[in-house]
Amino acid sequence: MASRPVWASKGAFVDDLLSDFLTETNESLAELDVALVTLERTPDDAETLGFIFRLVHTIKGTCGFLGLPRLERVAHAGENVLGRLRDRTLIVTPAIVSQVLACTDAIKAIVNALGTTGAEPAGDDAELIAALNLTASQDAKTVAKGPAPVLEPPPAPIETPPRPTTEALAEPAMASESPAAATPAGQAAVQTTAPAPTQTIRVTVDVLEDLMTLVSELVLTRNQLLQLARNQENSAFTVPLQRLSHITSDLQEGVMKTRMQPIGNAWNKLPRLVRDLSHDMGKKIELTMLGAETELDRQVLELIKDPLTHMVRNSGDHGLETPAERRAAGKPETGTIVLNAYHEGGYIILEISDDGRGLAVDRIRAKALSTGLATEAELAAMTDGQIQRFIFRAGLSTAATISAVSGRGVGMDVVKTNIEKIGGTIDLKSTQGQGTMFTVKIPLTLAIVSALIVEAGKERFAIPQLSVVELVRARRDATKDDRGDTGTSVIERVNDTPVLRLRDRLLPLVSLTELLSLGVEDTAGPAAHVVVAQVGPHMMGIIVDRVFDTEEIVVKPVAPILRHVSMFSGNTILGDGSVIMILDPNGIARASSAGIGSESKMPRVPAPDTRTSAGKTAMLLFRTGENQRMAVPLGLVARLEDIPRERIEMSCGAPVTQYRGKLMPLIAIDGSAGQQAPTQPLLVFADGERTMGLMVDEIVDVIEDRLDIELAGARPGMLGTAVIGGHATDVLDTGYWLMQAWEDWFRGVPRQGSGDSQKHILLVDDSEFFRQLTVPMLGAAGFRVTAVASAADALGLRDAGSIFDAIVSDIEMPGMDGVQFARAVRAGGAWAALPMVAMTAHSDMEHARQGREAGFTDYVAKFEREALIASLRASLAEAVPA
Amino acid sequence: MATELLERPDTAAHQDVQVLVTLTVAGQLCGIPVLAVRDILGEQTITRIPLAPPEIAGSLNLRGRIVTAIDLRRRLRLPAAEAGKARMSVVAEQGGELYALLVDQVSEVLSLDASLFERNPPTLDKIWAGFSTGIFRLDGRLLVVLDVCRLLALSTEE
Repeated sequence: MASRPVWASKGAFVDDLLSDFLTETNESLAELDVALVTLERTPDDAETLGFIFRLVHTIKGTCGFLGLPRLERVAHAGENVLGRLRDRTLIVTPAIVSQVLACTDAIKAIVNALGTTGAEPAGDDAELIAALNLTASQDAKTVAKGPAPVLEPPPAPIETPPRPTTEALAEPAMASESPAAATPAGQAAVQTTAPAPTQTIRVTVDVLEDLMTLVSELVLTRNQLLQLARNQENSAFTVPLQRLSHITSDLQEGVMKTRMQPIGNAWNKLPRLVRDLSHDMGKKIELTMLGAETELDRQVLELIKDPLTHMVRNSGDHGLETPAERRAAGKPETGTIVLNAYHEGGYIILEISDDGRGLAVDRIRAKALSTGLATEAELAAMTDGQIQRFIFRAGLSTAATISAVSGRGVGMDVVKTNIEKIGGTIDLKSTQGQGTMFTVKIPLTLAIVSALIVEAGKERFAIPQLSVVELVRARRDATKDDRGDTGTSVIERVNDTPVLRLRDRLLPLVSLTELLSLGVEDTAGPAAHVVVAQVGPHMMGIIVDRVFDTEEIVVKPVAPILRHVSMFSGNTILGDGSVIMILDPNGIARASSAGIGSESKMPRVPAPDTRTSAGKTAMLLFRTGENQRMAVPLGLVARLEDIPRERIEMSCGAPVTQYRGKLMPLIAIDGSAGQQAPTQPLLVFADGERTMGLMVDEIVDVIEDRLDIELAGARPGMLGTAVIGGHATDVLDTGYWLMQAWEDWFRGVPRQGSGDSQKHILLVDDSEFFRQLTVPMLGAAGFRVTAVASAADALGLRDAGSIFDAIVSDIEMPGMDGVQFARAVRAGGAWAALPMVAMTAHSDMEHARQGREAGFTDYVAKFEREALIASLRASLAEAVPA
Repeated sequence: MATELLERPDTAAHQDVQVLVTLTVAGQLCGIPVLAVRDILGEQTITRIPLAPPEIAGSLNLRGRIVTAIDLRRRLRLPAAEAGKARMSVVAEQGGELYALLVDQVSEVLSLDASLFERNPPTLDKIWAGFSTGIFRLDGRLLVVLDVCRLLALSTEE
């Protein structure tokens, strides 16, 4: 495995980006011409207009990044005109369309020259730009009447471009040894088409997909033939068949290669991201990338791009410390993030590691406890590794980042879900103070997978080998006492739910026959097999009648009319020619129990109103100095501590202790800290950076009981008295005690339980990934969130009478974009006065102005969590008391 | 591939002669426009699909393509076929997917004069009327012309 850093030079980086840009732009330009012509015919087609605008916008944006000033100027002028068209302040006329076409011609000319020489040709577009600007500055009426300034054909690209002048581009041309760069610029310009650096042709993905399908069929047919031949000895077909088999394998490999792309393609944007991150955060970060040439299926590549970017961002953002912190910890100031990719078996292994502070186990433990993901007892039994893995759980990850200390986390659960969607797994290893390493294992391709063939109820099914952990032989019936073979486990039942004792743990089981309503239970006699499958963090056993062998299968999607059956991920044809359904363990887990596998996307938050909660609440019982039983909902307690008495210090007359590097105020319920025991039990309440310790005499127990306050509290700090566990118990008013410690506790962070009802936010964003990230994030900040994928859906909710407190919307969306959406909302209806916050990838002044004009209250850059939450709070605060 | 042929609309009913593949379902003679038919299959091994709608008999392998089999009897709310009796299928394509319509028997291909065609009688059973475009008067028998598109439109109805 070669492990050479691919980031040999900045030159290679720009070079790669440039060639990507050229490819993309050429495609865009081709589409642009067609779209513009369509627009001319149907001037009111907002969708086409939006599409054109986005294309030109993208070209302009990328130019700025690549340092192509001439192209950027031209594209910018074009974008201005298109922007006005899109905003309906200018009417589409043929004259304007010709102008924009002239603009695209100019772009084409420059792009062509770029492809030939690697540098922008010198030239003057002043005339074109002036004309475009004139149009853009015109009034809708004048343009509609008077003809737009007639344009000369766009200035032709300069025939003999001078030597590249742009520094950034000159460098790669000299550094790279590709034939194109070696050609003198003057010579290249004579040719009309760019000479390809290597012999490549562009083939549409569809052709490759078709080829892959055909090869898959061939593989299946080959398997079928081999199976037939196995039954016949000394057949004349044996030798040719063997040859066919080899050729098929080679062909399969070859075709797979056409779909393969180096993983470096998914890493292209990371150096820039890390650079910006290090600037913004004031950190020194070095990004090392190893094994960028490792190839994987482009389909898989596309799917891991986002999660990967997210993880690298996390490493830089939360994992690595500031230079000062690093120096203090005795590490070099520059933190390192290492990406490493290599093949292993049929998988590609991706490692993302940093030498930062590592995951704070204590923090995660506290958070898992406070969010109710695990109980104290469960946590006590866990290893550090298991606790660290809590960051993959929905409830924890987001909540933990608010407290910035434990770090890492927004959306690690989303990352995990996305990786699991493509049959991959993710794990982590972290040592506090030394760093964290995530290991992602993903299949090379989704096209051909290895599957275990099983039988249940006389039907055969395939289970992807990836999710199969082991096979266990078991007997269905415990009563039959032919216990000759002691090695066989017995399927036991708890109230009809089958379970299996597996190495001292109880494994939940599902019967495939029952689950799929195959209706022929017990036909296979007492013997059964249990396929132990891994579904997310859980193990699950699937009871089947028989297990056959494993087979390479080509996953084909099921017919559209069967898509709603979530138990199947596809179907395939086996070597014997029969059709077989492929089981989806995730779907099985979802179908068999709500608990397994389907972790809720929303973080679990403490019950909002503890006074009258109808269900049972876990209550922590403790005693205070007056020997009184007291209780507090467990969900509100972040952690239980027992600190040595000598660690209690006095500050300004109040007791404090040093807790995790910070001073934590301590409050005694009975007002005295006068206990003589050597240690002091504490209930720790935490919120963000703030912690507070409540001193009690003894922590008694945790009880689940209904919480009905029967006597309202006469004493401050008590909600009242309730019967808990059969005894009269005072219930603590947590809010009161928190106020004692931090007067502004609730001022900064309005939380549930503080009395005011949750604000309901409507989130509009077309990116599923982003929705998945944002919903729990806002949830953790105390908002209730409803997410929809488009402006049309949102307006549908409005028309259906849904009420929200605020709207958060993306700007760039297909169909109705955010600006149009804002106008539609402001135009009338129940939502006309709601605060609206826009999220956008590019938050420049012009956009912000447009957004505000359309009716947005505020403008926030995407991925800026703090800014979004602050903006929402501010908008709501303005809106509510008024 | 013969896909081009299939894209031609099968509204040949308005032309002078309509060519139909005839088949029998529970004793009733039916016809499907020949241009909508991709294949005629004899008895096939059909894999059951658990939890699928009842009309779906399962899936079968047609030269490496997976074809969803729809039981025409169940689709037309007719009593189930006798067990063990060999059945045939007519393969049609919709939206790039292949479907096999399980029928009792496929017979000859008939070219029928449009003058023999009539709209569905208003009294025709609703289920049949929903799947039929009209009726041909043959000597001594009536032939129901089935609308393949509607027969295959399983996903859109609930």
